[in-house]
Amino acid sequence: MPQLRYMESVATLVLDREKCVGCGMCAEVCPHAVFVVEDRKAKIVDRDACMECGACAGNCPVDAISVRSGVGCATGIIIGALRGTDPTCDCSGDSSCCG
Amino acid sequence: MKEDASCSSDKSCCGQASAKVSPKPCCPPPHWQLKSILTPAGLVPRARTDLQFADRLGTLKARLGISRIRYSVRPGLYAVGNPTKDSPVLVSANHKMSFDHLRSSMNGTDAWIMVLDTKGINVWCAAGKGTFGTDEIVNRISTTNLDKVVAHRALILPQLGAPGVAAHKVKARSGFRVVYGPVRAQDLPAFLDAGMKAAPEMRRIKFTFRDRLVLVPMELVIGPKYLAVLLAALFFLGGMGREGYSLHNATIAGSAAVALTVLGFLAGAAVAPMLLPWLPGRAFSIKGAVVGLVPAIAYAAYRIPGPEGTARVLEIVPWFLILPALAAFFAMNFTGASTYTSLSGVKKEMRFALPAEIAAALLGIGLWIAGRFV
Repeated sequence: MPQLRYMESVATLVLDREKCVGCGMCAEVCPHAVFVVEDRKAKIVDRDACMECGACAGNCPVDAISVRSGVGCATGIIIGALRGTDPTCDCSGDSSCCG
Repeated sequence: MKEDASCSSDKSCCGQASAKVSPKPCCPPPHWQLKSILTPAGLVPRARTDLQFADRLGTLKARLGISRIRYSVRPGLYAVGNPTKDSPVLVSANHKMSFDHLRSSMNGTDAWIMVLDTKGINVWCAAGKGTFGTDEIVNRISTTNLDKVVAHRALILPQLGAPGVAAHKVKARSGFRVVYGPVRAQDLPAFLDAGMKAAPEMRRIKFTFRDRLVLVPMELVIGPKYLAVLLAALFFLGGMGREGYSLHNATIAGSAAVALTVLGFLAGAAVAPMLLPWLPGRAFSIKGAVVGLVPAIAYAAYRIPGPEGTARVLEIVPWFLILPALAAFFAMNFTGASTYTSLSGVKKEMRFALPAEIAAALLGIGLWIAGRFV
């Protein structure tokens, strides 16, 4: 089965290697193997595999990672655009989008 | 939180998050619940680790969008097997499917399961929203008196809960350290056996054919809401013609239009998701458009042999615009269900895809209407 890859060069993922302390949390929580730890510092090895879930940024104890995470679904983006808000799946109420 | 002691079999009291560990006697215990065990924090219900017909039926209904949002479990502490104060603590969302996945993977293992109040939403979606998050974990540790139940101070979280949780903050606020377990609950026994160590494969998420297949029913349930108006319009517009309006024409031309539209919808909502890795292009809309061409080509092949004329062209060509546009739109919506698309990527795709889909659909419908009068 050919590997599933999405858009290239769009990820908003940024790693500040100066701040990085090499704890390895980013590599541990990433479900797409975007990071490795080499020479006691994290390194991005597959930026295009990033799905911008935000797990790495949230679990970095020194805030060395930033990423613009959000609902990555077309319907959510349309709903957000129509309402003038951020993309939202509107999981409240009886919306069957999430669950 | 005060619970009405006189509540009847009405389910409203059962659905509320209880501040206490032990369920009130007025609510009948769910079928998967066994006798409680006594802990220093009170009674903790044990949960079955085998899935029964009611569970599988519930999962089927949820996959079809029936009672999906309210398919939840009461938050709090549960036990599987016969855990002691040294047994591991696993954390789950209170979405019933998440809970079922977890407990059915724990057959033969003794553990505690701390169920968070994620409003009945699964781990991944809840993590994205923050309800499977640091605050709820810290709160739940407190309301369940977890520190009295276990001697250790470790929590095992599903890896896909990570977007909502800051492990270092949970530790600072509760004293419990977060260990991220495997992506899939079924890898938990191996993970625990290895001393809470995950093999690299356990930390990767895939999007296999089976993963995609189980998501298709939901797309088929949601889609028709968008389609209904279009289908009704096409059916009635089919009656238009040079001789005025004719119901006979509506039935023939309109029915053909409806049938093709349904095929275009299925191309994008079902076929494209299933064949995802084998379809061309990175964008889901392109993959959908390619599948949408198939019914248009088939229709052309069916109609072309026969008398020539502009009428023929205007009955065939519109579908080469409408069907790919329709299929592209519904395939594009599948990005929300995928495990590898990013927000930035979807935005980029939509910037070119949505205007193209709308333009093609309008042009196609315009040509089709024109065809009614030529």
